[in-house]
Amino acid sequence: MQAALFLAQRASALVLAPLVLVHLALAIYAIHGGLTAAEILGRTQGSPGWMLFYGLFVIAAAVHAPIGLRNVLREWLGWKGMAADLALAAFGLALLALGLRAVAAVTTGVG
Amino acid sequence: MTDILPTLTVRIWRGAAEGRFEAFAVPKRDHQTVLDVVTYVQRELDPTLAYRFACRVGMCGSCAMTVNGRPRWTCRTHVEAVTDAKGELEIAPLRSLPVIRDLAADMTPFFEKWQQAQGRATGSRTRHEEMHPVDPAAPRRQAADAGIECINCGVCYAACDVVASDPDYLGPAALNRAWTLMNDDREADRAGVLKAAAAGGGCHSCHTHGSCVEHCPVGLNPSAGIAGLKRLSLLAMVGGKV
Repeated sequence: MQAALFLAQRASALVLAPLVLVHLALAIYAIHGGLTAAEILGRTQGSPGWMLFYGLFVIAAAVHAPIGLRNVLREWLGWKGMAADLALAAFGLALLALGLRAVAAVTTGVG
Repeated sequence: MTDILPTLTVRIWRGAAEGRFEAFAVPKRDHQTVLDVVTYVQRELDPTLAYRFACRVGMCGSCAMTVNGRPRWTCRTHVEAVTDAKGELEIAPLRSLPVIRDLAADMTPFFEKWQQAQGRATGSRTRHEEMHPVDPAAPRRQAADAGIECINCGVCYAACDVVASDPDYLGPAALNRAWTLMNDDREADRAGVLKAAAAGGGCHSCHTHGSCVEHCPVGLNPSAGIAGLKRLSLLAMVGGKV
């Protein structure tokens, strides 16, 4: 179990690293270009590429964040055990649901 | 004569979990070690001071203490190398362990975790069989040799910030021992060792801060061994063995 969590956190970090860089560069580019929200949505909606990019981003973040938070809670607050793990699983699922909803809204207009 | 000799101010922890630092003036000597200072205080100034030592030559691992905030083997630590800006010493028991009294830390959790990591050899042969051949040049044997000289002093355990914040973490020394067993051809229960070392509180809790490497008095690298255990446990998981 520990080895699986370790692998999941490293693997998701590997996926997130380039995605975060592209996301940040894109955000700065979009702001500097003076694009409006409508113009941005016009480019993302109906784009399978951006759906794939941000879908992968959300899945990797939903895997990565709860595992890291699990260590923080254990080491800083001493909270561990089944209750903590269930709370973190719920947190991961919430990230996944909210994130995928946002991706759907931005790339398909639904949600 | 003694009152004209230069003296060293040393503050020593007195008490257990609750306590205070008590200051003593100790004559300075050439090549004086921190253990010499503590021994002088106990023999000449206050016989009720509790501390632990045995060999005095850096082999037994019993005299480790916190010296000016850092864990050190006191018998091999020269006073002149570690005094603070005021030329003074502050000596406390090892961190992250219960204090019995004064400078004597209770090593029980340290050695219990050693067992929890299955840091003990399991033999595969009896005395009636040939000895297991050991090839000193084999890469795995060399990996074991690199970690085998641990003196169980507890300095790495006290230096480790993960140990300080997670009471379940087995610590660098126990995991270093597990790593040497994983690389020892004579070890008969490597699967058991890996399972124990990779369980909750095991190798995957290490953040690779490297405090163990920085402080180990005999120059071992427990971080590298723990990284090796992480690698082995991932390989075992992918192979369906853990």
